Amino acid sequence: MTIKILVPVKRVVDANVHVRVSASGAVDTTGLKMSLNPFDECALEKALRLKEAGVASHVSVVTCGQAPSQDVLRTALAMGADDAVLIDTGSATATLDSLAVARLLRAFMASDDYGLVLCGKQAIDDDTGGVAAMLAALLGWPQALNASGVEVEPDGWRVTCGDDAGTATWRLSGASVVSADLRLADPRRVTLPNIVKARQKPLRTLDAATLGVRLEPATRVLQLAEPAARQPGIKVADTTALLAALGPERLFQNHATGARA
Amino acid sequence: MRTLVIGEYESGAITDATLRVVTAAAQRGLPVDVLVTRAEAANPAAQIAGVQHVLLATVDFAENADTPGAITPETLATQLAALANEYSLIAASHRATGRAALPRAAALADGAFLADVTAVLDPQRFVRSLYAGSVVATVETTSAVTFATFRASSFAPAADTGGAASITALAPIAPFAATRLLERQAAPQTGRDLASARIVVSGGRGLGSQENMTRLASFAGRLGAALGASRAAVDAGYAPNAAQVGQTGKTVAPEVYLAFGISGAIQHLAGMKDSQIIVAVNKDPDAPIFSVADYGIVGDLFEVLAQLEGQLEAHRLAVRPAS
Repeated sequence: MTIKILVPVKRVVDANVHVRVSASGAVDTTGLKMSLNPFDECALEKALRLKEAGVASHVSVVTCGQAPSQDVLRTALAMGADDAVLIDTGSATATLDSLAVARLLRAFMASDDYGLVLCGKQAIDDDTGGVAAMLAALLGWPQALNASGVEVEPDGWRVTCGDDAGTATWRLSGASVVSADLRLADPRRVTLPNIVKARQKPLRTLDAATLGVRLEPATRVLQLAEPAARQPGIKVADTTALLAALGPERLFQNHATGARA
Repeated sequence: MRTLVIGEYESGAITDATLRVVTAAAQRGLPVDVLVTRAEAANPAAQIAGVQHVLLATVDFAENADTPGAITPETLATQLAALANEYSLIAASHRATGRAALPRAAALADGAFLADVTAVLDPQRFVRSLYAGSVVATVETTSAVTFATFRASSFAPAADTGGAASITALAPIAPFAATRLLERQAAPQTGRDLASARIVVSGGRGLGSQENMTRLASFAGRLGAALGASRAAVDAGYAPNAAQVGQTGKTVAPEVYLAFGISGAIQHLAGMKDSQIIVAVNKDPDAPIFSVADYGIVGDLFEVLAQLEGQLEAHRLAVRPAS
């Protein structure tokens, strides 16, 4: 079977940037380094490998946002995606929540026939991880989250997912939504020739209003703050000093009691 | 309106995480019910202090009899969406089941979804972290029903005795046919449950090998602690994924967190900085882990580990001279 794969992505503050809350109680991302969400990068890499293996014929990337988000779409095209779409959510972008994004994606997907949605398991800015399961719900498709392995099977997928105490392997029938853990696939580096080539690839903008979707969020941020800082600690010379400071019972009290499993 | 908590049942008991979510739910000041998906979990759930009703969801497993009791997140989401009219909050711990079923149910029921809630302010206002814990947000939900996963370590467990909830069996629901669980594999080496252990011993890239991580795991076992690991150590193959502590792994808040050879990337700190006492051992005096550590030892982690192993043994002999 050869299918089309859709990879929804998000532009986020780079993982190496420490975000701060301004005096006015906002997160100002102006001037901060922005990147393709790392989990989405892994999802895209897996999609490209499925295409290279002949499982998929076409890999599309899509994001919801405004014009600046075109840069991560160009990155995705340079990695190897065939085409990219920016769903322009205009002034609604700042308050867009997971369900609004899932609704937009579902409405967008009505225009084509996709066999697999592969996205990151969470965006590293809001750390919610809601879109994949929500989109699967709206489509009525099976889902597998936090995937570290995706294999094609006759009319379906075998997906290995990180679980609370190990892994769970699911069999999904037909078109599915899978969200990627960082271990799903190590993203390829973007090369200069491919960046040049990506400029010729189709990147179109779609006005969110044309999708006829409610964008009002069901959740509203009332206040942002930095977490309380921990009291500064001390350096101790060795474990004898550590145990004296800590109290040996605190560390060793469990050993003899055969702590419950 | 009421609050419904998803009751997880493992190894013959309601999980510690579930008991903590019951505490979180009770903080809304509204009646709390618990939904279980296995018949044997109903009585233990009814014993939880403060719970009014236990709902027993059952699945009509006509074609899925090989995995009795294994309810998929898709099927659970359908059940939760069907109950959404009776609840203003449907809550679960921030573990695999809740993370998968709750956002799906929220989409089906047109509800709000919040992940990894760390505090409850009132029935509609909650606290959760953004940007790997760098930002703390107060959020309000405006929909009739909210689905939320809760960070278990941020709440104390409710008592698992003393309750006298009624038990109601719900009408069996049809399983979602397109998803089937093939197998579950527990990772080796994780011993105690990371999320509820009193002590967590974690290793980073500084461990240098899987053998050394095994030695650290053995020390953790003798302490009665859980083994954790940084992403670098997991990526290097020293420890299983399930042991990963951090933004994309598990969040822990034990009484004591011992970090061996962990540099302390912000993504790791996000998973452990609420620990009561943090002890860090690293050969680099400038490692960021020291910025959150109450006690730091700059030095060779293997020497420190050897000393602690010796001191544990000496303590054991002193406490139990006859054994």
